[in-house]
Amino acid sequence: MSEELGFTLDGRRIPFQDGQTVMAAALAAGVYIPHLCFNPDFAPHGSCRVCLVKVNGRFQASCTTPAASGLTVQSETEELRNIRRGILQMLFVEGNHVCPACEKSGACQLQAVAYYVGMLNPHFSHFYPRRPVDASHAEAVIDFNRCILCELCVRASRDVDGKNIFAVQGRGIQAHLVVNTPSGKLGATHFSIHDKAAQVCPTGAILTKHQGYNVPIGQRLYDRKPINVVGDVAQLPESKGGRRHD
Amino acid sequence: MAEPESHALTEIVRDIVQRHSGMPTRLLQILRDVQDHLTWLSPEAINEVAQELSISPNKVHSVAEFYSFLYTVPRGCYDILFSDNITDRMLGNRELLHYLCDRLGVGIGEMRTDGTVTVGVTSCTGMCDQGPAALVNGYTLTRLNKPRLNRIAELVESRTPLEQWPQEFFEVSSNIRRADILLGRHFADGAALRAVLKRGPEAILEEMIKSGLRGQGGAGFKLAAKWMSCRNAPGEVKYVVCNADEGEPGTFKDRVLMQDFADLVFEGMTLCGRVIGAHHGFVYLRGEYRYLLDSLKATLQRRRDAGLLGTGILGEPTFSFDIDIHLGAGAYVCGEESALIESLEGKHGVPRIRPPFPTTHGYLNKPTVVNNVETFATAAKIAVEGGNWFASRGTAESKGTKLLSLSGDCERPGIYEYPFGVTVRRVLEDCGARDAQGIQMAGPAGHMISAREFDRRICFEDLATGGSFMVFDQSRDILDGIRNFTHFFVHESCGFCTPCRVGTSLMRDLVIKVHTGHGTPYDLEEMRKLGRIMQVACHCGLGQTAPNPVLDSLDQFPEAYQRRLRATTFEPAFDLNAALEDARQLTGRSDAGAYLNEEDLMLGAMP
Ligand SMILES: Cc1cc2nc3c(=O)[nH]c(=O)nc-3n(C[C@H](O)[C@H](O)[C@H](O)COP(=O)(O)O)c2cc1C
Ligand code: SF4
Ligand code: SF4
Ligand code: FES
Repeated sequence: MSEELGFTLDGRRIPFQDGQTVMAAALAAGVYIPHLCFNPDFAPHGSCRVCLVKVNGRFQASCTTPAASGLTVQSETEELRNIRRGILQMLFVEGNHVCPACEKSGACQLQAVAYYVGMLNPHFSHFYPRRPVDASHAEAVIDFNRCILCELCVRASRDVDGKNIFAVQGRGIQAHLVVNTPSGKLGATHFSIHDKAAQVCPTGAILTKHQGYNVPIGQRLYDRKPINVVGDVAQLPESKGGRRHD
Repeated sequence: MAEPESHALTEIVRDIVQRHSGMPTRLLQILRDVQDHLTWLSPEAINEVAQELSISPNKVHSVAEFYSFLYTVPRGCYDILFSDNITDRMLGNRELLHYLCDRLGVGIGEMRTDGTVTVGVTSCTGMCDQGPAALVNGYTLTRLNKPRLNRIAELVESRTPLEQWPQEFFEVSSNIRRADILLGRHFADGAALRAVLKRGPEAILEEMIKSGLRGQGGAGFKLAAKWMSCRNAPGEVKYVVCNADEGEPGTFKDRVLMQDFADLVFEGMTLCGRVIGAHHGFVYLRGEYRYLLDSLKATLQRRRDAGLLGTGILGEPTFSFDIDIHLGAGAYVCGEESALIESLEGKHGVPRIRPPFPTTHGYLNKPTVVNNVETFATAAKIAVEGGNWFASRGTAESKGTKLLSLSGDCERPGIYEYPFGVTVRRVLEDCGARDAQGIQMAGPAGHMISAREFDRRICFEDLATGGSFMVFDQSRDILDGIRNFTHFFVHESCGFCTPCRVGTSLMRDLVIKVHTGHGTPYDLEEMRKLGRIMQVACHCGLGQTAPNPVLDSLDQFPEAYQRRLRATTFEPAFDLNAALEDARQLTGRSDAGAYLNEEDLMLGAMP
């Protein structure tokens, strides 16, 4: 039998299988690398850049870098923490994230990753974009102010639900999420809260109606334990404070 | 133009889609053609296209929204876009822009209420040696001045068709000032194809290895390695793509090659096809070079007639290769090879995750060689003259010659071909730049260097370049250029990844803050930190290089920043003048009384 494949992550040996990325292998080994647009149920996207690591001295997104024998990967360094914090701060000033007024607070992956990388303030000046809230759907509401363009809902709806309800339009800083109907309203689609697309948003942009504050703030998933310990809210079953509907 | 009746619209769209064989990969070309007919892409037109192609309207909409030259809001019948590179600005384009807007009674970027005309700005159109330049309905206008604009305003008011406008308005000169082995020696059409037929692909690859030729688009990847990798990649169907997107502001050498040496470029592509085993090639021509399309198509036809393209090339039944031209639509990022391939497939141009690379997974996921225009032209010459001949010029790591596009403050702007290794100083002497304080090398994504460094050499070992060379003399304010460049990157970021999508705007705002006299030493430190994040964290080369001009000029021209700084260490980002802008827009005021001070008034006109 051939020897088990492996690379080194912050001094620790991580086994991997052929075809796995650095991110996937690390997660499988129980080592957390912060991420937002990555979700193990989907092909890597590489857009948020939060999962940046140094691979043999070169900066690369761990979610898109194929694992290979002999790689030396650095993740938890001061340098990378600073860069990741900067990227999180960019996301926070680009949209309108008023955490104290958000139903997702405490069970939000974006917020949890921000804490994880030591972000205490937004640092940059806010863009304060004008973005709508869409409450036209009976079961769900979309607050575009909180969208970070990770395209997980786009991918889930297209690749899993087969409904192709979401898309990103516009270039550069004008890029924005749209709903694929002439009116642009979610209410005009076949979206359902049982869709995969309803379970993957790493922010409070897609929320289920009629269940606000079921769990009081202070007792939510990330109020109790940090994200590197409990993992992504979208990966946990509801019984554990997550969003996965088994 | 009047809104066509819905059945007429259906006819127009169906006709266009059929001309493109109903292929969704032709979506961008289809949208360009539909817009040529209708001046903009209305929701109805987008729906028709979607229906004809059996794809979702939103997919069509996404593509339409991505490209600057596609409009999802109404535009005038005459769509005039001033090139807004720093070299156009040096030649006074802003004054001309305002002058024309005043004459036509239209605001910048707005359509006149009667639907006749829209006047706006666009990124560099590649006419830096003969600006100020503009595009009218996609066709290039050069050497603009007030008399010319007076005439243009009349032609617009009288709704004279473009074909009847004076030809000299559209004249594009080649301005070849210095020729070496690429531009200087005669090339007999078909010679490279005869060489590969006679000697075989392996022997040609040998010559390419000997030549040491590296990609001329800027990154400098070895041509032989790329061709070999694609040749060896598994798969029956392969493609050759010529990157004629030339979006780097200040670069125009590919335009001259496509205008005067198209045969040589096509020959290089055909040669590549034979070497790697591809039968199909594409030229991705930037939308700004629309004026070249007809003559390029004619050249392709001539080559088919001469047996140099098509099936049975030079009588060899196994040698078939043909070329399509695909026109871009105003997106710098589509010069990045994987974004270019996405665009070729009819999608919006977001760079792919790499690996895999195009040589194994390119166009339609088939093995694909993407090379720059100049690289293909050079390869054709090497096939005829031999690798050693080429390698006898240049330096150890940079063989052969390089075409430079010179513009800015010099007496003789144009194209200069030099052996690699030439010093900046020598180039400046040749082009008559007597008083240079700095050079922007390789475009905004490249490097800014000051007079202290004019003895540096142009080659991959020292100053690598795709060919852009913009000269700033002592009278210029370096920060004007930096501000222009940061604006360019905001406009051209594709928006896919966070540090570029957001970082380019943050960087521009910091530069504006300093430029308008509100910056402090703290802001300079912020620029460095932000720039560092962008360099290492962005998904593609656009974002990774976007902070370069700022970071370079902070080191090379610290005084340009220092003399504008406030004495305090911190100044809030809130800008009272900017906050008044909405009120000015609403009330339509641009008089002195609507500004806080004179400098704000002057800058009010700038984006
Ligand atoms: C943002 C961006 C824009 C680019 N624009 C161009 C271009 O206009 N023309 C070009 O040849 N290469 C351009 N490139 C480089 C291409 O990705 C690619 O390296 C090149 O076409 C390969 O050809 P070569 O090896 O012959 O240089 C660009 C790269 C980036 C990141
Ligand atoms: S709505 Fe949520 S899942 Fe969809 S793109 Fe925005 S942040 Fe991502
Ligand atoms: S760096 Fe990111 S946002 Fe910028 S052009 Fe490249 S992929 Fe797009
Ligand atoms: S998680 Fe890797 S780029 Fe978003």
